[in-house]
Amino acid sequence: MSKYTEDDLKIELETKEYEYGFYTELESDTFPIGLNEDIVRAISHRKEEPQWMTDWRIEAFRAWQEMTEPEWANVHYEKPDFQAISYYSAPKAVDPNKTLDDVDPELLEMYKKLGISVDEQKMMNNVAMDIVVDSVSVATTFKKTLGEKGIIFMSISEAIKEHPELVRKHLGTVVPQKDNFYAALNSAVFSDGSFCYIPKGVRCPMELSTYFRINQAGTGQFERTLLIADEGSYVSYLEGCTAPSRDENQLHAAVVELIALDDAEIKYSTVQNWYPGNKEGKGGVFNFVTKRGICEKNAKISWTQVETGSAVTWKYPSVILKGDNSVGEFYSIAVTNNFQQADTGTKMIHIGKNSKSTIISKGISAGKSQNSYRGLVKIGPTAENARNFSQCDSLLMGNNCGAHTFPYIESKNPTAKVEHEATTSKIGEDQVFYCNQRGIPTEKAIALIVNGFSKEVLNKLPMEFAVEAQKLLEISLEGSVG
Amino acid sequence: MLSIKNLHASIGDKEILKGINLEVKAGEIHAIMGPNGAGKSTLASIIAGNETYEVTEGEISLEGEDLSDLAPEERAHKGVFLSFQYPVEIPGVSVTNFIRTAINETRKANGKEEMPANEMLKVIREKSELLEIDRKFLSRSLNEGFSGGEKKRNEIFQMAMLEPKLAILDETDSGLDIDALRIVANGVNKLKSDKNAIVVITHYQRLLDYIVPDFVHVLLNGKIVKSGDASLALELEERGYDWIKQEQEA
Repeated sequence: MSKYTEDDLKIELETKEYEYGFYTELESDTFPIGLNEDIVRAISHRKEEPQWMTDWRIEAFRAWQEMTEPEWANVHYEKPDFQAISYYSAPKAVDPNKTLDDVDPELLEMYKKLGISVDEQKMMNNVAMDIVVDSVSVATTFKKTLGEKGIIFMSISEAIKEHPELVRKHLGTVVPQKDNFYAALNSAVFSDGSFCYIPKGVRCPMELSTYFRINQAGTGQFERTLLIADEGSYVSYLEGCTAPSRDENQLHAAVVELIALDDAEIKYSTVQNWYPGNKEGKGGVFNFVTKRGICEKNAKISWTQVETGSAVTWKYPSVILKGDNSVGEFYSIAVTNNFQQADTGTKMIHIGKNSKSTIISKGISAGKSQNSYRGLVKIGPTAENARNFSQCDSLLMGNNCGAHTFPYIESKNPTAKVEHEATTSKIGEDQVFYCNQRGIPTEKAIALIVNGFSKEVLNKLPMEFAVEAQKLLEISLEGSVG
Repeated sequence: MLSIKNLHASIGDKEILKGINLEVKAGEIHAIMGPNGAGKSTLASIIAGNETYEVTEGEISLEGEDLSDLAPEERAHKGVFLSFQYPVEIPGVSVTNFIRTAINETRKANGKEEMPANEMLKVIREKSELLEIDRKFLSRSLNEGFSGGEKKRNEIFQMAMLEPKLAILDETDSGLDIDALRIVANGVNKLKSDKNAIVVITHYQRLLDYIVPDFVHVLLNGKIVKSGDASLALELEERGYDWIKQEQEA
């Protein structure tokens, strides 16, 4: 029996193919490439948006033109040519009046390959899904059940038409149009996304879920999510993402805004599995995402993310702790392999008294990848007795990858307490031998060690997602395990 | 059970084992004693299949089957168990989860179904009682923050769960206070049967008061230089190893 070494594992990791790399032939309605005010207007027009929305987009577009792409992140890539991208692509078969049965069978087949048959989701799981393929939401389930509770869960395009007052009041209040380069771009051209409103005092009875997928070649996906939890309400929201394999780099620049009013709680979980590029580092998704939430009095927002995909990730789900006694949490597992680069972390902005935040970040690097944690904890002068605890752990596999930690702490209030802990470890041969000696083969041993390392974060995911995330970790790192 | 013939092994250019011969039969307890650096732990590691060392000559067989070409986990599946001198920590993996994985992987390798959860719980309860292990202990991360005694007790707990044919206890007494030593030794004695064999590696005679060996071997400079019964251990305790060294040099 030959020895299964760390080197073998590395080879296996590098040769592991992306499992979701198939492409569905759908008849698409795609805009010509390039971006100018006419295209922005055309998107808005195509989506039959009211004038205020068109104006809002144009304002964002004008701001974007004046901005430059940020370069401070610890990632290196060839900048996308924003004039070489098509900004709108909708599967042609979509008709808003169709039921699920009428949906393009090929589309449904695609869901099946992804292991997320909508029918099954509908029947078996207590999960309402708003599925975004490329840009248009094609199937929204459980609308009725949710409707009875007054919960609004629909695509943002529908919401703009059906609930303009809510959208207009909140859109851009957490992530302003001019917030940053990608947020401005998203504000100008966002094609679809999800909208969710939970009324006062309502506890959403099921996990809300969105599945994003980039299908068309050369299209960017710019989804926009707006989630409002009114006073005393609760919602748990799941977001999963995949993209087919392509040689060119696809751009994904999303914006997510969360608003938790007094005593509300939002749990937002993401499993991101965009195509990471091949083992030579060719292709893969550029994932430049702005996610931010605001907490009013006694409100709580938890971000949980499992990031295993994308060639380049630039993402900092943040919480503005505006209200007194508000709570922000960030739990993250970021896995990079081959030539992937991730620069991810969070910002916790403490404004309210007794506001509390917790950051647990687990970075796992393999191959020749680079994995950075970047986080800001900012305590404002009004944040009496604010507290933060941060823990950043890195696990290295092999000798060619890197783990980096960039914590920033700014405290302007002497009563605040901020703690930061960081560790870096390597999977040791002694750990693997110990497992082997107990009858556990090396691949399984590594899965066990990685899952143990990530456990604090995996435990924060809703059950049905945790299992998927655990599998994804094994797939991303172990090759044939699982 | 275990048969070692003319075993030579080295790490890099350095030869550590220089021709070991050892026969252990089912139902027997053998003690291997010797000063630091004699090669005791190396021998244990090599039997378990640790590939840090290179076996340059000789063979190791279990129940007549040559182990040379088997990976460590395959040896484990055949019933080889090593209680480590320094058990490693695996953060985030509970004692229960770890042992469940170990048992099910072993069963899978031997063509058996996974152990049903209720049976697993039952066995865990029995074996933890045997070793006076608190239930809370079982949900802690493997060896993380364990005291020396807890680590060793956990090793013997795993041995009890896996029911190996051949158990090698490498310095299981180190780090144990007298109460823990008694509990661990009692556990080992209860696990002993005429179908399995135990090899105890130790510096001191102390453990052998509780786990009484049928044979005692002295390992010196990579070779077994003297063998005897339990009384040899007492003699070593009294006189140290120098007289054997002198005997060798004479």
